[in-house]
Amino acid sequence: MSKRKKKTKEKRFDGREPNEIRPIKIESGVLPNADGSAYIEMGKNKVVVGVFGPREMHPKRLSKPNMATLRCRYHMAPFSVDPRRSPAPSRRDNEISMVMRYALEPAVFLERYPRSAIDVYAEVLEADGGTRTASINAATVALVDAGIPMRDLVSSCAAGKIDDMLVLDLGDYEDKEGQADVPVAYMPKLGKVTLLQMDGVLSPDEFEKCVSLAIDGCNRIYEIQREALKKKYGLTEEEVKE
Amino acid sequence: MSALCENRALVVPGDVLYEGRIRTGENTYRNQGKVSATRVGLVDYGRGMVSVIALEAGFSPLVGDLVVGNVTDIELGQWLVNIDAPSEAVLNIPDAIDAPFRSDIVMPEILDVGDTLVAKIVDMDRRRTPIISILGKGLGKVEEGFIKRLTPSKIPRLIGKKGSMVNMILKETGCNIVIGQNGRILIQGKTREQEMMVVRVIDKIEREAHISGLTNRVQEYLRKLKEENN
Amino acid sequence: MASRGGIVSRLKRKKIQEVVAEGKRMDGRGLEDYREFVVKTGVMEKSEGSAEVKLGKTWVVAGVKVGVGTPFEDTPEMGVLMCNAEFTPVAHPTFEPGPPDEESIELARVVDRGLRSAEILDFKKLALVPGKLVYLVHVDLYVLNYDGNLIDASALAAIAALKTAVKPVHKVKEGEIEATGKKESLEVLKEPVAVTMVKIGDSLIVDPSADEEEVMDLRLTITLEKDGSICTIQKSGSEGLTMEDIQKAVKIASEKAAENRKLIAGKADA
Repeated sequence: MSKRKKKTKEKRFDGREPNEIRPIKIESGVLPNADGSAYIEMGKNKVVVGVFGPREMHPKRLSKPNMATLRCRYHMAPFSVDPRRSPAPSRRDNEISMVMRYALEPAVFLERYPRSAIDVYAEVLEADGGTRTASINAATVALVDAGIPMRDLVSSCAAGKIDDMLVLDLGDYEDKEGQADVPVAYMPKLGKVTLLQMDGVLSPDEFEKCVSLAIDGCNRIYEIQREALKKKYGLTEEEVKE
Repeated sequence: MSALCENRALVVPGDVLYEGRIRTGENTYRNQGKVSATRVGLVDYGRGMVSVIALEAGFSPLVGDLVVGNVTDIELGQWLVNIDAPSEAVLNIPDAIDAPFRSDIVMPEILDVGDTLVAKIVDMDRRRTPIISILGKGLGKVEEGFIKRLTPSKIPRLIGKKGSMVNMILKETGCNIVIGQNGRILIQGKTREQEMMVVRVIDKIEREAHISGLTNRVQEYLRKLKEENN
Repeated sequence: MASRGGIVSRLKRKKIQEVVAEGKRMDGRGLEDYREFVVKTGVMEKSEGSAEVKLGKTWVVAGVKVGVGTPFEDTPEMGVLMCNAEFTPVAHPTFEPGPPDEESIELARVVDRGLRSAEILDFKKLALVPGKLVYLVHVDLYVLNYDGNLIDASALAAIAALKTAVKPVHKVKEGEIEATGKKESLEVLKEPVAVTMVKIGDSLIVDPSADEEEVMDLRLTITLEKDGSICTIQKSGSEGLTMEDIQKAVKIASEKAAENRKLIAGKADA
């Protein structure tokens, strides 16, 4: 049973403007044992991503002769949602794992590492709508942190429609109660969309507007990803002298 | 035709570094008349070409590299050795013992799973598997010491220009150090204090490899550590 | 825990044994020193309780979810406590995704026994409609980075999360429950703390790192309550303990448990 939350005209249930994205925080290199890693907070979403590879692929017979195999795994902690969910992977987990791979593959130089594996593991500690986009954003930073050669970063954001209003970066409530949800992943410098999905009903015109809106969100998130990558090397010579 | 960034600026993958014709160096790629970065690092426009000095990169094995590895498996006629590369390395019997073939060779007696070794990459096969050899001076099974890790792309900073950094560390600490290009460093010292000095210096290089003036800072740091020990 | 796949580095074992025999450790600690131990509570909003623990580089997150459901058949008048542990694949290059293996099951069970033996919850009070509806308290331990001593880190994360956890208040009317939307404290009565040691050669060393666990001869965990009583013991590994070892271990554990108990309250800035 849903309870329609009251909203003021032109603002969303959490007070955001239609094209306002939730606060984002990204940190790279958070997992000591992973080759690359990143932690992201997007609104209340909290996701940790670890990357291993390129490394020997087991079983060898599944490896590809000309390129690396990018393996993505999206997994949610039992306490990440309300009510508690089972730790076993669900069909949705499997679908999002695949979708992450589609979003990231075009950006990675897989052909440089034949027969090896690049493993990307996203662990969702807290979910509040948009965990797939949060996972893709963190996975990109983790891949770069791992030193894996890429053509571009991949930035991801979802646009949609709720209460006949086109909005950006849907929260959990908007995800569930909204009329449409369009997650997008985008390579900003190359200008190419690597992930495009839609849920709900939109007119062709609305759909185009949503995609545009989502790409705009992606471009903004791109700046945050850049900063996160650069932050690690921010120490100046003065700061280094103990 | 132009450089689009300042020399030594910090760039991320996808950043366009140059438009037009120019020789390209490492960690770059060409796309529709533009040269872009493939890794996060410092763009370099010297020597008539554009390249990126990567701040994060895995180990890319090259023939001639000295590596420190551990045996993970024994197959017929060869050992499989983990050298932290995209593929495991292969050590064939003729590259491990300098003697004609004998049918009664018991491989685990020469090298067993769990053993550590220092080897040289002598070949890469068609499938980009590194082929290593432990025949040669300074190569072979390791019996003493311990391994400390450093990000492979920072190994050149540990070595220094013409070995200046590592020679300084050897002199000041009295330890024996074997540097694997794959980011594994074998350390053997006479006392634990000496060994800990090397460990601390390597940690410092890991943190500050990208900041200029490293050699002087490390020298200063070693002096401080020696004072602490006395 | 030997390195997954059972391969122990001979060189590592030799070096660590030599160093420990001199009364030292590879990272410069004393034999009875813990690494930096940091606890933060209230780190996640969707859980009824949560805690994040960093012990050296070991990183564990605990989430407590409190729901309502049917009790176990053999204890119809008691609330339910269940512990679960996930070794996530990001925690170590050798960890593979999949169902819990024997090590993660052992971790969950050792933490669970520590909580249960100490009687941290009044299970009878957690029964809303005895025989029909009780509170279900789930503690999920999520290992994000493995560098040894998951037990002490997880046990502390579990108790810190439980201590700061809330439960939804339900009104009981004629054998049915009604949610009131209010929350109240879970009421955790005790503070069991686990202390893990490994034996290398003749030495007992506290708070083993991953390398030390790889080359250990045996591992011993002793969980103690605030009043000094022992509530759980777990030994693993292939070698044997002498009586002297056991006495020494109990003495060390008592001292360390008291010290580490101070961390349960966690840091204010979550």
